[in-house]
Amino acid sequence: MTELTSLTLAEACDRLRKKDISAVELTSAHVAAVEKARALNAYVLETPEQAVAMAKASDARIAKGEAGPLEGIPLAIKDLFATKGVRTTACSHILDNFVPTYESTITSQLWRDGAVMLGKTNNDEFAMGSSNETSCFGTVQSPWRREGSNTPLVPGGSSGGSAAAVAAQLCLGATATDTGGSIRQPAAFTGTVGIKPTYGRCSRWGVVAFASSLDQAGPITKTVRDAAIMLRSMAGPDAKDTTCVDRPVPDYEAAIGKSVKGLRIGIPKEYRLDGMPAEIEKIWQQGCDWLKSGGAELVDVSLPHTKYALPAYYIVAPAEASSNLARYDGVRYGLRAPGRDITDMYEKTRAEGFGAEVRRRVMIGTYVLSAGYYDAYYLRAQQVRTLIKRDFEQCFEAGVHAMLTPATPSAAFGIGEKGGADPVEMYLNDVFTVTVNMAGLPGIAVPAGSDAQGLPLGLQLIGRPFDEETLFSLGEVIEREAGRFVAKSWW
Amino acid sequence: MSVDAATVRRIARLARIAVAEDEVEHLQGELNAMLAFVEQLQEVDVAGVEPMTSVTPMAMKMRKDEVTDGGNAEAVLANAPQSEDGFFMVPKVIE
Repeated sequence: MTELTSLTLAEACDRLRKKDISAVELTSAHVAAVEKARALNAYVLETPEQAVAMAKASDARIAKGEAGPLEGIPLAIKDLFATKGVRTTACSHILDNFVPTYESTITSQLWRDGAVMLGKTNNDEFAMGSSNETSCFGTVQSPWRREGSNTPLVPGGSSGGSAAAVAAQLCLGATATDTGGSIRQPAAFTGTVGIKPTYGRCSRWGVVAFASSLDQAGPITKTVRDAAIMLRSMAGPDAKDTTCVDRPVPDYEAAIGKSVKGLRIGIPKEYRLDGMPAEIEKIWQQGCDWLKSGGAELVDVSLPHTKYALPAYYIVAPAEASSNLARYDGVRYGLRAPGRDITDMYEKTRAEGFGAEVRRRVMIGTYVLSAGYYDAYYLRAQQVRTLIKRDFEQCFEAGVHAMLTPATPSAAFGIGEKGGADPVEMYLNDVFTVTVNMAGLPGIAVPAGSDAQGLPLGLQLIGRPFDEETLFSLGEVIEREAGRFVAKSWW
Repeated sequence: MSVDAATVRRIARLARIAVAEDEVEHLQGELNAMLAFVEQLQEVDVAGVEPMTSVTPMAMKMRKDEVTDGGNAEAVLANAPQSEDGFFMVPKVIE
């Protein structure tokens, strides 16, 4: 049965349609793999009975010739997506008893298309983190380890459980969300593929909000083709989210294998950081060479405001978070700590319910929005954001189709290694990914090589707004050359 | 800019998060580390630059002004820490 968990999503679709395998067999193999891998802590809730019931229904639809595009495909769902009747916590103590009475738009579209839910995956609390260490359910261990070492490594974050579950073959794909890099950084750390689509491509309805102008959902999968298939089901207009665009969803899979000849790829010089590991430089150059031999044209470009993206993000994101998280007040849902009056109840509930990282960000957000500081911080950060976006627009107007950059400044690090004394040390992980959220653009992380210790490294492609298709075409060229990266099981 | 202990207490109050006296110094250090990091934005020339309000140039969607949902009091109250007769219950607000 283990063979079934090593299939890609696309291969599994083919075999289900040919009736080589049944959806129940496929799901049962994954349920068994999930149970065996509890040491990773990738799932915070397993839903095996529901999974088997959904798989049975899929088999019935396949038999009747009514299979949807994801019929019988077992998926993992980040615990940020509201799932009706299934506990949804955002991995925060403040929501640890929350059972939604509604389904997020994205997950409802996945079930509409026939997918099967294996369970809910771990993430940083309210998606605030880059290592999955802020979850109230504890850290996730990456399925990857350095050669000859058993030091536990982080899977990245915030979508660390989703990335670990895909990398360890505990599902055929997983939903994830990305506010500053939370899909692409864990994908890069675990040798998986992750795409953050253009802002507005996927509905945010029913996804626990962190920073509403930056949050966007997307898939983490084993291959670029799998990401294309899964995104098609996740994307699309939604009347319940006014920022979700009314644009038809293209057949992303058709972009796989399409020639990249003549595409102009920008190489932004500001992404060459001082002190960047030589290995990152090397895979970046390797990626350039691969795209060039595929017929793409490389051009040096400049995005002069790159270095200001991360500081501007650490004003905009906490500001929006402080506003979004005001709803956790112990009144309508979630935790309530008793207090002597209503204000005391609010303050005690929020002190008890929020972890240290969330508290820190809510407080900084409250400060930058407070009277007398708004112009100096928030307004200025939004002006800088306009400049960051303008940098990209000028390159695209000059004929650049996409940009190639490293996905992360390093390979995965050890649990407990970063951010202990200074929170900014952890924030620097997102230096290459955060610009993309600030400008609302699509970005994909594709595994491209390994470091000297055998850990995967990823490259990022950044596209024009709503041109995810070009990213899939280019990403697949890198994947074809680099090959796939599969963690050796120790769990 | 940096914050002092009194400001940390004021922010905590505004954010409705109880902060114990022995946590103030630590929080002050963390908040000041973040403020020091964002300080570099002061060097950017933002004269005449419009602050971003939306990353995608789109008009707000309009719909007919009509009831689309509702009548689900039970579902709305399903996760309430305390409810009674279709109401959320809170500690006494008015004396």
